[in-house]
Amino acid sequence: MPLHIRTYHELTEPDRSGLGDQIAAQRRRLADRLAVVGRVLVVMSGKGGVGKSFVTANLARALARDGRVVGVLDADLNGPTVARLLDATDARLVPQDDGVLPATGADGVRLVSMAQLLADGQPLAFKGPEAESFVWRGAAEAGALRELLADIAWGTLDVLLLDLPPGMQRFLELCDLLPAPPTVLTVTIPTPESRDAVRRAMRAAVERGSPLVGIVENMVGGEFRGTAGDDLAVEFATPVLARIPWHPTPDTWHLLATRL
Amino acid sequence: MKFLCVECDRQMTFEERQLPGDGTLAAAFRCPKCGRVVAMLTNPMETQLVSSLGVKIGGTTVPAEPLETIRSMVATGRDDAFTEDGERKTGNAPAWSAEAQDRLTRVPGFVRGMVKKIYADYAKQRGIGEITPAVMDAARTELGLEGM
Repeated sequence: MPLHIRTYHELTEPDRSGLGDQIAAQRRRLADRLAVVGRVLVVMSGKGGVGKSFVTANLARALARDGRVVGVLDADLNGPTVARLLDATDARLVPQDDGVLPATGADGVRLVSMAQLLADGQPLAFKGPEAESFVWRGAAEAGALRELLADIAWGTLDVLLLDLPPGMQRFLELCDLLPAPPTVLTVTIPTPESRDAVRRAMRAAVERGSPLVGIVENMVGGEFRGTAGDDLAVEFATPVLARIPWHPTPDTWHLLATRL
Repeated sequence: MKFLCVECDRQMTFEERQLPGDGTLAAAFRCPKCGRVVAMLTNPMETQLVSSLGVKIGGTTVPAEPLETIRSMVATGRDDAFTEDGERKTGNAPAWSAEAQDRLTRVPGFVRGMVKKIYADYAKQRGIGEITPAVMDAARTELGLEGM
């Protein structure tokens, strides 16, 4: 005769561990932190090497020069570059009661990056059992991303830019963490190879309910030839906000900033 | 996860957590009706997965420190990532014995500020005037501060 075992959800007695409550508290803390952020804008691409961080940093500076209060979270935990692009590699983080103050980079952009936390030249490595680390490493990175959003005392921001690594993993983690799917700024280069990879990322973003604010076509006018920006703009009914030449000027970024 | 005493049909309550120091974890649960105790033992991989989520089995008696997961789990952090200038200054802060200070210096700089604050808060909440190695050991056991 089978045992009568109540299901998980049928057990409703108080639970001291309260793991669900702990997770909910984490989410509330993150939502509270972002409640004073006017806009969260994710800079992403399905393709590596197209200049996401370059675009993020220069867009942030242009927005700041236009008078906006801007933060940048370098969500590329394994290949952080934003701190260098914003001249803040030596900036240190200051712990306070309710969070850690972000560093201040070029043009007053507030930022946090794993580059500020990792020892020089060292990869992001976690303490823990090396065997089968794939089981927990993803959770550890998602946990780090959550803390960089929720535990940094960003303060009131007009815009928080998130510089994502190539691929979709970090974007999906963000969708799970944020109160609502984030607005996406897509970066591509003109080539058909880039178009095909970026298309998949944009499709995934749309399927998760993220608004697409537009496309930045980077590295235009050089060896990389194609019509990726226009093709994707037509396919996803979203504008090409800027075509960034190999040697952009401050005006190039200012123009992009005004179109957001 | 929850534990059910099938015989009594009662949800078991969390009793105690132990961290032996080898990466494993033991959590004991007791049936409130018959008193039977069972222990859940997790291997290092399972323990790490729970830690990665930033949650603690058995709950926690102190609020999480900012960037606690990063500071406690990243193995390749830089010692000077955080400036001490911004560490919270509190009145009536407990004193540190020489032995406790010596032990604190062995904590990697990447997490030292956070660890120091956790011990100080622990002592302050319990009215302990001086932090000694014994106090640190008690805090580690009670708060589940493995590796600190």
